[in-house]
Amino acid sequence: MAQVLVWAEHDGAVLKDATRSAVIAAAQLGTVHVLVAGAGVDGVAQVASAIAGVDKVLVADDAAYAHGLAENVAPLIVGLMADYDAFLAPATTTGKNIAPRVAALLDVAQISEILSVEGPRTFTRPIYAGNAIATVESSDAKLVITVRGTAFAKAGDGGPASIETVSATGDTGQSSFIGAETAASERPELTSARVVVSGGRALKDAATFEQVLFPLADRLQAAVGASRAAVDAGFAPNDCQVGQTGKIVAPEVYLAVGISGAIQHLAGMKDSKTIVAINKDEDAPIFQIADIGLVADLFEAVPALTASL
Amino acid sequence: MKILVPVKRVLDYNVKPRVKADGTGVDLANVKMSINPFDEIAVEEAVRLKEQGIASEVVVVSIGPAKAQEVLRSALAMGADRAILVQSDSEVEPLGVAKILQVIADDETPDLILLGKQAIDDDSNQVGQMLAALLGRPQGTFASKLVVEGDHVLVTREVDGGLETLRLALPAIVTTDLRLNAPRYASLPNIMKAKSKPLAIKTPEDYGVDVAPRLRVSKVAEPAVRGVGIRVADVDGLVAKLKELGVA
Repeated sequence: MAQVLVWAEHDGAVLKDATRSAVIAAAQLGTVHVLVAGAGVDGVAQVASAIAGVDKVLVADDAAYAHGLAENVAPLIVGLMADYDAFLAPATTTGKNIAPRVAALLDVAQISEILSVEGPRTFTRPIYAGNAIATVESSDAKLVITVRGTAFAKAGDGGPASIETVSATGDTGQSSFIGAETAASERPELTSARVVVSGGRALKDAATFEQVLFPLADRLQAAVGASRAAVDAGFAPNDCQVGQTGKIVAPEVYLAVGISGAIQHLAGMKDSKTIVAINKDEDAPIFQIADIGLVADLFEAVPALTASL
Repeated sequence: MKILVPVKRVLDYNVKPRVKADGTGVDLANVKMSINPFDEIAVEEAVRLKEQGIASEVVVVSIGPAKAQEVLRSALAMGADRAILVQSDSEVEPLGVAKILQVIADDETPDLILLGKQAIDDDSNQVGQMLAALLGRPQGTFASKLVVEGDHVLVTREVDGGLETLRLALPAIVTTDLRLNAPRYASLPNIMKAKSKPLAIKTPEDYGVDVAPRLRVSKVAEPAVRGVGIRVADVDGLVAKLKELGVA
């Protein structure tokens, strides 16, 4: 049975759900160990050890891993990979930053953003912004894979797995963390929310975007997203962007408000379970993939909708 | 400082990809091909650094078919100084591309390597990180801002929760995200000038790199088609549907 090492995505305090999806994918390949690398990550390790299907948690606790710097983390993973057949990371910005560095050091090809496990070495993955799905088989000795979280279920909790400390590989000194600007929000996180309300350029400006969309999102306990056009126009911050070049989301219900449905946007949300579109242009491409469509002026329809919920 | 910018020729981003009927890939016959948009941003950034007097030379390189000369000429028209085409008629996987670029970087010794975060055809998002690993250099991926300061570079990265800034020791590898800049249109005089700029043609064998594929693509298929949706007449109809879905 293959031994699989999974990268735990966390912010130092909270284990991200994307890890749970990677565990589901990893369990289809073999025995799952989870690597928690960071500084002061005992709490994260405890949470990881409670995930169903996890056999063991490896903890690398060192200041060098505090911000997930690829230059410091990759040598740690490469060292551990002597004992594993596959390395899986969630396809988050952290996973995408680290996994190819690991793959190159192991001299193996990486398989990016898998959607399914078809066999011990065979996977499906999206190409051309999800306009085609490729079935890919690896001939390498070891597998390095990133996992698209929205394509897999999230592992729940189970029995506690054992926790083992691994020794740190140190700071390469090549890069250092200067600072971060994180967007604080009381709403659910975009990539894990059950309902997403997204707005497009039709919302006119940032103030209108907030006035029209936020009350509806709050009523539905939804996360707020935006099309690239709306983000580029400054209506919403970058981290709200849903699309090929933004976040990939697949909530139970995706409400697209005043969004035309450019290929770029569809690539990020078309795997949502139910897509609802409100747009006054009945020929907007978004209606071709919407399960429920309402042709209406959003400035009348959205406040009316918010009021009747 | 010298900047190396790898660029890829890909299906133009405005063209809707069509999967071939036999499931062997996406149909690229007689469709518009262009420079990968993220790579175009990398070229723009390199040329701006040259205009600011920070960079002294911008070298662009592409690995692909003979026709990839077109994207190299576009980059030269934007202001790059010279180009290298590593000609290969078969698809070279990201690891092979990174290995060729490693040898070129060893020859050229650039202070900064700037490239797109991903190509919009295979969407792999690997080459920059792999190249950084092979060269043993720091990496700044998904850059939306780049400031060169002496022997290091400050890179602001677009990450899941917002932005983060890293300090990388030069030489470094930086991959570009959309908001780093808006690439210029090349002027006609610059397009003419680009025709006479040097463009060297090489092969993977010239660099002694084995680019045999590690992955076998057994099938390329259209994504599952969604069922036909319904239209509701008014807001009340929509409310009823949302209630059925259990979200209202």
